[in-house]
Amino acid sequence: MYAQMITAEASDEDPKLLEEFQARIDRDEKIEPKDWMPMAYRKTLIRQIGQHAHSEVVGQLPEGNWITRAPTLERKAILLAKVQDEAGHGLYLYSAAETLGVSRDELVELLHEGKMKYSSIFNYPTLNWADIGAVGWLVDGAAIVNQVALQRTSYGPYSRAMIRICKEESFHARQGYHAIMQMAFGTPAQKAMAQDAVNRLWFPAIMMFGPSDSESVHSEQSMTWKIKVRSNDDLRQQFVDQTVPQIEYLGLDLPDPGIKWNEERGHYDYSDPDWSEFFNVIKGKGPCNVDRLNDRTNAWEDGAWVRDGLLAHGRKKAAARTAAE
Amino acid sequence: MSKEWPLWEVFIRGQHGLSHRHVGSLHAPDAEMAIKNARDVYTRRNEGVSIWVVEAQHIAASSPEEKGPLYEPSNSKVYRHPTFFDIPEEVGHM
Ligand SMILES: [Fe+2]
Ligand SMILES: [Fe+2]
Repeated sequence: MYAQMITAEASDEDPKLLEEFQARIDRDEKIEPKDWMPMAYRKTLIRQIGQHAHSEVVGQLPEGNWITRAPTLERKAILLAKVQDEAGHGLYLYSAAETLGVSRDELVELLHEGKMKYSSIFNYPTLNWADIGAVGWLVDGAAIVNQVALQRTSYGPYSRAMIRICKEESFHARQGYHAIMQMAFGTPAQKAMAQDAVNRLWFPAIMMFGPSDSESVHSEQSMTWKIKVRSNDDLRQQFVDQTVPQIEYLGLDLPDPGIKWNEERGHYDYSDPDWSEFFNVIKGKGPCNVDRLNDRTNAWEDGAWVRDGLLAHGRKKAAARTAAE
Repeated sequence: MSKEWPLWEVFIRGQHGLSHRHVGSLHAPDAEMAIKNARDVYTRRNEGVSIWVVEAQHIAASSPEEKGPLYEPSNSKVYRHPTFFDIPEEVGHM
């Protein structure tokens, strides 16, 4: 079904329907699964929600990496709960995508074939425990800024998934900041680890919002359809503004010498990340791209016999019930 | 036959004596697993005291095109609302 959608031509759509659709969007009406929608709207959503779902799932890998090595039992339980939440986020988002006529297995296969992407941030490694704190604080922190905005997105199921996710996210950011706080206020060696993690993750984190809107291919139409409600630069600025004081509170150095309060703008200035690195990582040349995709594919393939067995059992039970009736 | 687990719609009753409410969906091989998965996904923070699951394919839904025939008739029946009737103040609350 998804393949059909990709090839479907949008040009033969009724202009009157298109106009009515845009009018609904402009009135801030939510679009629901059975409503008429332009093919391109559907395709854009499948791509964006699918990519978002994949990010939640792949995002479990860098953190899962540290569950067995968390420094205390409490930190381990917290990290486990956090990673479990991310699995749920993946589920909410796959479900939202499924309302558009694509199946979850199809999306998973597209990911494994390298035909769909996930957030490039998860192609960076988590080298030590400080990275786990920094990921919760900075990576989930950046995701929250994006997801809070997306609560107002025009597609009903996507918007509801975002609302549910946002309720769970603030735990993620806070547990991360709390872990980093303990290190930043700990021994000099711990503080140095915290600093190192912030230095390495800062630019990848601000890249999460995507390239500047002037260079982003999908931005304009997505804004008109309110799939996106705020621009990449706007969201990035908000993240920088809220995060700088948090870094300062920790007594850590700012990870970018270009960060300066700009009185006139009422915002922090900051340096542009190296976008060639971003595009490289997107193209598959990041430090962990190969590992992440291998881990996902292996988990999927190794789990196949369990899924098949449970399904066969379920069908057998259903058949026995029907026979008994 | 497809090897994809069927899709289930999940309904949860919150703590406060409310009706079950649709909260989302999930894939599961059977009803029992669907309830267990729903517990894991949708009630991790005390969101509910009771779970219903129903296979998505068993839900029949009205279509948006039927909006007119389905809901229009109620527009012309204003007398169904209590405010349609003027009742004298003297008779007290009614
Ligand atoms: Fe998440
Ligand atoms: Fe998160």
